[in-house]
Amino acid sequence: MKNQNFSSFLTNSKSNISDVAILMKNISKRFPNVIANDNVTFEARTGEIHALLGENGAGKTTLMNILYGMYQPDKGEIYLWGRKVKIRSPRDAIRLGIGMVHQHFKLIASLSVAENLALGLRNIGILLPVYKVKRFVENFSRKYELEIYPDAKIWQLSAGERQRVEILKALVHGARILILDEPTTVLTPLERDKLFTMLRRMRNDGCSIIFITHKLKEVFLISDRVTILRKGKVVATLDTRSTNPEELAKLMIGQALPRLNNISDTKSYERREVLRVKDLYVLNDRGLLAVKGVSFSIHSGEIFGVAGISGNGQRELAEAIVGLRAVKSGQIVIEGEDVTNFPPRKILRKGVAYIPEDRIKVGIVPDMSIEENVILRSYWQRPFSGRVFLNFSFLNEWTTKLIQEYNVMTPNTKIPVKLLSGGNMQKVILARELSLHPRLLIAVYPTYGLDVSATQYVHSLFLKHKEQGNAILIVSEDPEEILALCDRVAVMFNGSFLDIKSAKNLSVKELQLMMAGIKI
Amino acid sequence: MRIFNYYIKIERRSVTTPQLNALIPFVSVLISLLIAAAVFAFQGIDPLTAYKAIFIKSFGTIKGITHIISKLIPLLLCGVGLIISFRSNLSNIGAEGQIIIGALAATWIALYALPSVSPSIVIPCMFFLGFLAGGAWATIPAILRIKFNVNEVISTLMMNYIAFKITEYLIYGPWKGESTWGFPQTDLFPESVWLPMIPGTYIHYPTLVLALSAAVLSEVLISRTKLGYELRVFGLSPDAAKYAGISFLKVSVIAMFLSGGLAGLAGVGEIAGIHHRLRYPWAISSGYGYTAIIVAWLSRLNCLAAIPASFMLAGLLVGGDAIQVTLRLPVNVVYIFNGLILLCVTGGEILTKYRVRILRKVS
Repeated sequence: MKNQNFSSFLTNSKSNISDVAILMKNISKRFPNVIANDNVTFEARTGEIHALLGENGAGKTTLMNILYGMYQPDKGEIYLWGRKVKIRSPRDAIRLGIGMVHQHFKLIASLSVAENLALGLRNIGILLPVYKVKRFVENFSRKYELEIYPDAKIWQLSAGERQRVEILKALVHGARILILDEPTTVLTPLERDKLFTMLRRMRNDGCSIIFITHKLKEVFLISDRVTILRKGKVVATLDTRSTNPEELAKLMIGQALPRLNNISDTKSYERREVLRVKDLYVLNDRGLLAVKGVSFSIHSGEIFGVAGISGNGQRELAEAIVGLRAVKSGQIVIEGEDVTNFPPRKILRKGVAYIPEDRIKVGIVPDMSIEENVILRSYWQRPFSGRVFLNFSFLNEWTTKLIQEYNVMTPNTKIPVKLLSGGNMQKVILARELSLHPRLLIAVYPTYGLDVSATQYVHSLFLKHKEQGNAILIVSEDPEEILALCDRVAVMFNGSFLDIKSAKNLSVKELQLMMAGIKI
Repeated sequence: MRIFNYYIKIERRSVTTPQLNALIPFVSVLISLLIAAAVFAFQGIDPLTAYKAIFIKSFGTIKGITHIISKLIPLLLCGVGLIISFRSNLSNIGAEGQIIIGALAATWIALYALPSVSPSIVIPCMFFLGFLAGGAWATIPAILRIKFNVNEVISTLMMNYIAFKITEYLIYGPWKGESTWGFPQTDLFPESVWLPMIPGTYIHYPTLVLALSAAVLSEVLISRTKLGYELRVFGLSPDAAKYAGISFLKVSVIAMFLSGGLAGLAGVGEIAGIHHRLRYPWAISSGYGYTAIIVAWLSRLNCLAAIPASFMLAGLLVGGDAIQVTLRLPVNVVYIFNGLILLCVTGGEILTKYRVRILRKVS
């Protein structure tokens, strides 16, 4: 109510109009089965970084897709710099000075930076468009310290560089309003800091930047104001300086987060060695050594963390352990048996579950139903199937039980998994893998892209699983996650372990340094 | 895209209803008929007359319907086989050759292996060996694909030509009949092993029963069994199949074996039911193996839907024969016809995932 009065005041009074870059008034958008935006009023000023905070499925991206013309709102109005506009397509949005950088980049990998930028540019003429763009890139690159070379091909660039090209693309098209959808998920900490510096400069030049995120830390690092969405509704708009993480978490989730307690010395079962890896060498997809002589062991009742910036061999290490990637040399011993280069199913039968890094490509079959996905790793056994047929009546019962237990949000058990949100997909994978009662769980980036409460939930599941006397190996690039969960931490850098340390004696700072390759 | 005062917008559909799934192929066929009308007009023939000839001679009379059912038999068998391979993401386009190999096996049984044995043994043996031979023939590209990463589109297609040439070698050489006045064909099969027909028609009903049961059993196999589950997982996501511990070699070999085996049965049916002797390959099959690709896509890879789909395609083949005779059009017009249908059906596929909206521009 308060919001609504405020906004109507804004549209009526002339003095403040230039200040408000965007006003989205009483926006509603409904999808089949769900209301994505429910009477949302959102406002961002000229020259501010405005964080849009909310959990997965809170309606942040939908709201911004409406602003960018990807969707039409069912109800509501949009004003830019005080003028009412109708945005029918991204082309309209670009013309009006709005740019958006999506989570998944939309660049053509085989073309150069300048060629990508020249694509779709109007008013550039037929002659030498790429040449003209090049000068522009060089200017901007100098101004914002982008370090982007116009002749570089997109496929040669890192995720962070590609993102900067996306931002440049928006600027080339004349954007005064820039929307960034969870821009830090693909970035290393160093690249993130670089992005933030760039955004601050753009703000000081008078751009309005909308920063979609579910990470509280980033709100405080970068934003001037923050709007919190919960279940499609605006909960509050606050000055970042006048609030604190606890208050934001409470607003975002609707309640305070429960605390985790990691009991590291447990008793009731005997400690035995579940996994031993000895002097392991593994190649990556390009045939280069990705894992170079790694040795460690994990015991029952222990969570072992492999920390590191992604791309340092963690994925290959995990894949080798579960049998999805050939071991070049070295040994993998599970529960006392040498399983080096065993086929994946044999390793699975030894009681090893696996949460892969790439959920959609590996972890699930997107076009199959939830029922058929929860049996992906056990379908050949009773009671899931008999000699010939799958046991569908049992499947229905089993899946219904799992989706209740793991709180998967879905209308029924028959819908294709691709229709679920990322968090719910991950819950389906977790439910499946944990229901195998694995003695060893290998989890690669298990909370990647999950919001605060889903992450918390996954962590509590892991701790419970450990307390039952099982072993877990977690690969993560989040130092806080590692330290909250693990008993021992190995830092992986350039294919080998820099060190293995007890998590108790490590600080986030120290772990970050080690992840950057500095031994302490 | 903007045309005059209208915006054309392509949007992803959030839901696809079953009605839409049924409607889109139907409308696609209608559109292809419209385009074909232009082809007829270009040939100087009134499209209405042409369609009248096509539909009355095929769907319009009892005799036409019996012709359709007789042509439905090989189309359904091959179509169901192709569905099994397509759902395992194996692009088998070698059904034409697999038909021929099945026909060769049947000829060998009827003329050489069991020449004077009771038909109650010979006929089952023909079908059994035809199935095995067609299946084994199709297994070769599956093994090449998994072991040596050979694209199965090319290998299955090329193996068709090998099958044709083997047949030609046999009918010109060792299997050339003694009572054929020098024509390149084998002797007639003993009349006792000709497949029984429904009197007054060309419907060799044992093969029809086989085809219908193959459709039902294959659908059960794909959607209800462990093996079918493995085929589907492999077809939809090889990475997930590896993660589930599914053997690529096993699924590919089984899928291609069943696929080729069913085409082999179609070959047995044609040779023992219609021709009763081995002849030129194109005389035996006349493109059923390729037309069956349209059946498979038209039925959206559902084995039960392949029954009406093959009925429709068989109808168009019969209608095509009719326009050849009554309008004296070349047979290639029939092929243009079939090509247009395939083009429209595969093109219409995208509309199940996207919708096109035309918005009036308000400036």
